[in-house]
Amino acid sequence: MNADPILELENINKSFRGLKAIEAISLSLSPGEIVGLIGPNGAGKTTLFNVISGFSVPDSGSVTFKGQSLIGLKPHKICKLGLTRTFQIVKPFNHLTILQNVAVGCFNWASDMAAAEAEAWRTLEFVGLEKKALDQAKATTIPDRKRLELARALASKPDMILLDEVMAGLNPTEQMKIIDLVRQIRQSGVSVFIIEHSMRVIMGLCDRICVIHHGQVIAVGTPGQICADKNVINSYLGEGNAFVKA
Amino acid sequence: MLSASVTRGSMRKSPSRRGWLMIAVFIFILHFLPWVAPNTIHLSIMMFLFAVMGQGWNILGGYAGQASFGHTVFFGTGAYISTMLFLRLGLTPWIGIVLATLGGVLLGIFIGALSFRYGLKGPFFALIMLAFAEIFHMVSLGWGFIGGAEGLLIPLEGYAPLKMQFLDKKAFYFLSLWMVIGSLYLVWRLERTKIGLYFLACREDHDAAEALGVNTFRAQLIAIALSAGITSMAGTVYAQYLLYIDPDSVFGLLNSVEIMIRPIIGGAGTVFGPLLGSLILTPLAEYSRLALQSYSGVYLMWYGLILVIVIIFLPNGLMGLLNNLKDRYQTKGQ
Repeated sequence: MNADPILELENINKSFRGLKAIEAISLSLSPGEIVGLIGPNGAGKTTLFNVISGFSVPDSGSVTFKGQSLIGLKPHKICKLGLTRTFQIVKPFNHLTILQNVAVGCFNWASDMAAAEAEAWRTLEFVGLEKKALDQAKATTIPDRKRLELARALASKPDMILLDEVMAGLNPTEQMKIIDLVRQIRQSGVSVFIIEHSMRVIMGLCDRICVIHHGQVIAVGTPGQICADKNVINSYLGEGNAFVKA
Repeated sequence: MLSASVTRGSMRKSPSRRGWLMIAVFIFILHFLPWVAPNTIHLSIMMFLFAVMGQGWNILGGYAGQASFGHTVFFGTGAYISTMLFLRLGLTPWIGIVLATLGGVLLGIFIGALSFRYGLKGPFFALIMLAFAEIFHMVSLGWGFIGGAEGLLIPLEGYAPLKMQFLDKKAFYFLSLWMVIGSLYLVWRLERTKIGLYFLACREDHDAAEALGVNTFRAQLIAIALSAGITSMAGTVYAQYLLYIDPDSVFGLLNSVEIMIRPIIGGAGTVFGPLLGSLILTPLAEYSRLALQSYSGVYLMWYGLILVIVIIFLPNGLMGLLNNLKDRYQTKGQ
């Protein structure tokens, strides 16, 4: 790693009662990097995101973002520092319009309505939702809700964004559109940490991949290294996987 | 690139200059109502006062999504603060109303800080409010210093505008009318500000709001402070108008229902919902009280019936119905 890491996780532990959800996870992400987080269901991926974004407090360990500790900070403070997230189960503000949904994110930095609204329109054009801007969020389709989730997070102008399965439930064409968006987001200088189950997506998109299993990191490396890793093949990819051969 | 062709509407529309002019003319005309229909003055005052309290409830319940089952605690606090200051210290209710509003705001922040700190939402918050209202009810019943169960009688000193006392009801008509206008304008403005949008975000989803940088605790505290302040302010005017308050009428559960039912039926989370609800329910209650005097609780059965119908058929209240009709009309027009 050449530059100072934007996000550094050190020895994070989190258990729910007796169950160890995350055990001694350490990882660091460089600015402008796209890092994938994969692992079987229940491996602790979303728990790790919850810990980073302030929705849950780790039992021990440290989370450092741009040189500042995030432990004990509320999610809204962490968002102000420039780290935001999307939710695996989308949480649109149902009874607000798409535009209002995105404007909430804009107010993370904007102070007046006009500035927030202008940026909300720009963000909606970026994700391709501008024609539905004045529809109520509850009246939209799943692919649009995923995009809305992305748009809202982007509107807060983060330096780093955590994407929790933004492509789940989408067909390959819709996935390609989101992949394009994520690439453009990185181009604009935002670091991306992404949970995704589709290996096709993750292999093509990420600079590095972190694999966790039973709450522990079993491998970190480039997509090529991950495909060749014996542990990953055994616990996640499986023998005879198309990516393993490649 | 099609994107450039999309017309950029704004989030909330504002009336045109002609619209504003019509509103001004309408308000102007309303000032003559006491002369045109003198019999409706009392009804109008009650209608306006409950519209103001409903608007107070609406900020917290309709916009910030924390429905309160005990909002009368703020109303009663406002009524008691100004009345006690007037009776014991001779302080004019014009200053009393400011202190009553302030007292309401502080009480709101106190209850809010206790509740929202622990993330109370929905039924739990509603019941906390009910509990506070009942505590105040019981304390005021048993505390002789503030009149106990007998309540407080404000001696009528004749025409004394400096003490918020008038022999003519017209003065209270104008006072309550302008309180309605003020509260409508406040909420209308609120809808167009950051904090108003934050209230809505809190109502819709706390986690999503937090992830987008909304301090949900702070936003809800502001909501309850505004909400409580407005409701307390109405309490003072109510006490000065009726010149008598007692624990059952200002801290009783029934009054909490009276306050919340208007915005719910009119349309919670809309600017005009509380006023619309009050325009319909207040006359209904007053006239059924007059018509069926020997059956004193009949109007409550009316409330129940209307509430059932509205909840089944109009979950967004009467304003929701009006908006649907407007949308249908506009799509037909295109």
